[in-house]
Amino acid sequence: MSEEKDIAAESEDFTEDINVQGNAPDGQPMYDLRLYVAGQSPRSVRALENLRRVCDEHLAGRYRVEVIDLLVNPALARGDEIVAVPTLVRKLPEPIRKIIGDLSDTDRVLVGLQVRPMGESAQ
Amino acid sequence: MKAPKKVWGRRDCSGECCERMSNTAGPASADARVLTGPEKAPTGIKGFDEITNGGLPRGRPTLVTGAAGSGKTLFGIEFLVRGARDFGEPGVLLAFEEAQDDLVTNVASLGFDLEQLENDGLLAIDAFRLDPAEIIETGAFDLEGLFIRLQMAVESVGAKRVVLDTIELLFSALPNEAIIRGELGRLFRWLKDRDLTVVITGERGKLGNLTRFGIEEYVSDCVVTLDHRVEDEISTRRLRVVKYRGSLHGTNEYPFLITEKGLVVVPITSVGLTYEASNERVSSGIPRLDEMLSGGVYRGSSVMISGTAGTGKTSIGALMADASCARGEKALFFSFEESPEQLIRNMASIGMDLRRWVDSGLLLLEAVRPTAFGFEEHLAMLHRLLDEHEPQLVVLDAVASLTSAGARADTTSAISRDLDLLKGRGITTVMTTLTHGESQESSEVDVSSLVDTWLLLRNQESNGERNRLLFVIKSRGSAHSNQVREFVLTDDGAELLDVYVGPNGVLTGSERIEQISWEHLAQTTRADETERRRQELAQRSAALQAQMAALQAQLTAEGAEFDRFVASEAEGRASGVAVRASQGRERSGEQAGGGR
Repeated sequence: MSEEKDIAAESEDFTEDINVQGNAPDGQPMYDLRLYVAGQSPRSVRALENLRRVCDEHLAGRYRVEVIDLLVNPALARGDEIVAVPTLVRKLPEPIRKIIGDLSDTDRVLVGLQVRPMGESAQ
Repeated sequence: MKAPKKVWGRRDCSGECCERMSNTAGPASADARVLTGPEKAPTGIKGFDEITNGGLPRGRPTLVTGAAGSGKTLFGIEFLVRGARDFGEPGVLLAFEEAQDDLVTNVASLGFDLEQLENDGLLAIDAFRLDPAEIIETGAFDLEGLFIRLQMAVESVGAKRVVLDTIELLFSALPNEAIIRGELGRLFRWLKDRDLTVVITGERGKLGNLTRFGIEEYVSDCVVTLDHRVEDEISTRRLRVVKYRGSLHGTNEYPFLITEKGLVVVPITSVGLTYEASNERVSSGIPRLDEMLSGGVYRGSSVMISGTAGTGKTSIGALMADASCARGEKALFFSFEESPEQLIRNMASIGMDLRRWVDSGLLLLEAVRPTAFGFEEHLAMLHRLLDEHEPQLVVLDAVASLTSAGARADTTSAISRDLDLLKGRGITTVMTTLTHGESQESSEVDVSSLVDTWLLLRNQESNGERNRLLFVIKSRGSAHSNQVREFVLTDDGAELLDVYVGPNGVLTGSERIEQISWEHLAQTTRADETERRRQELAQRSAALQAQMAALQAQLTAEGAEFDRFVASEAEGRASGVAVRASQGRERSGEQAGGGR
């Protein structure tokens, strides 16, 4: 559980800053993410680590992550139609995307999140 | 395209392995304990439990596969609903194909109230919405989410049954087939460990493969295929138990139907020739016909009435139904040709009031176009009506119309199944069938050998008119008349009349009437002659009597004359004596008186 808490501690509550378009004040889209895991399996831990890395590198300051352990809250699996675990759900920006797997393929994670690499966003 | 091929190789291998394992394990364990097959979970699907000797293998998965629209989902849902409602086994439905609301709506038309069952805690439905477009794979994953949801559902109702409909969709929705295969293997072990009886539906694959993604590799116990085919524009659904490990099962293709009350599998061959035979006779409603059949037809026997168009087949059928209702026994009139109202009207024209029986609930008139359904639907409908109405007599009018619903061989088989079904229930059956032209003694549908009593109606044409003749061609187990009768429909019902056999053959209709009037005339003439002769005799006798009287009178007169003669003669003699005496005195007085 410590890993999850770390992630959760790092995530920021951006609801006050969010504007009508769902963007941060600087015009960049805000990311509302939800990571579904099942217990403390190595795969879950790996997914958390990978997610933290991606967020730190590409979404610093404009994301929020909620981690849900389905072994603790099995009922939540239905809400986001979770079948595969781990699944990262991008609730915002819309449309909803589901990124399954341990997030080890960073390029595909970025594709899934539709995050432009930092270099591009700087232009 | 490469992946499925690999899959097949693997499936074959694993299949063989399983086969070998069970073959070696089977006899060894059988020696140690009492021989019993696998325990079964009844599906409650009509007919299916009969062909599988009790249902699906309990605690094991069964694969139900078929093309789109073949009724797989329905099979699964009925298995759950019946289990929950009738067998006290709550169930779980994992739906991958349809949204929950759609499911609930779709099966509501079959009388399955899924919402109610859910509220009662007998059913848990979890619908999975998998959209490949919003899913992207970024590494290793498992299907723990599916397991967690399944476990939750199973625990929420204490499920004994699970339906996975259609789990194959996982393959198209999620990337990485290898992971899914591994997880499915784990899923089936998981299900088996919990002793859940499972139905997995699968879409039939190309090239005769059972399923598109080869999920049969996980299911080695029981495989059922559903099929929906159209022949001669009539659709027939068929079901076949391809495999049922450790159990005897019917191997035929069984027609099945989707009715308002769920699936009905029609086990054709399960009906054996074991029905009871009653000695009781029931009246045909035509007294003289009963006479011809030595008292009527046996209860529970089958009667076929064949004849060309317009020979009165329907009328006889209706008369028998009418007679049945009059005895207070329920009857079912299954008409393939006329609407109930038309039938009632037509029968009223021969003085038969069917409406009162319909109103009192004794008679059920069911009309359906033969082309409206395939045979199986007909059979199932018959089944349902028998269950609902419980008649003691059934009229099928006219079975020959069924040929328009399919091939002839099928018709024969369908009718023989009808007959078996009805006989098995001890119901007297009357069927009418149309014959054509020359082949009058062969029924259109080749079931004459199956029926117990066969009445043939024939139109005889002569003198510019057609008249109906009735023969009893056969009547099993009873003496029957060999005589031809004329069958006459009048305003007051049907009658059988003796035919007149003359030098020119059998006389019917106006010829018969003519014959009757001739005979009547001849009789009258004879009567007149007798009367005339009687009168003549009377006259002559009167004349003779008169003569006799006259002679008597003459005789009397002559007698009287003679008497008179006799009397006068006696008188004469007496007076002569007196005269002579007085003369004598005179003569003596002369002598004495002369001297004065």
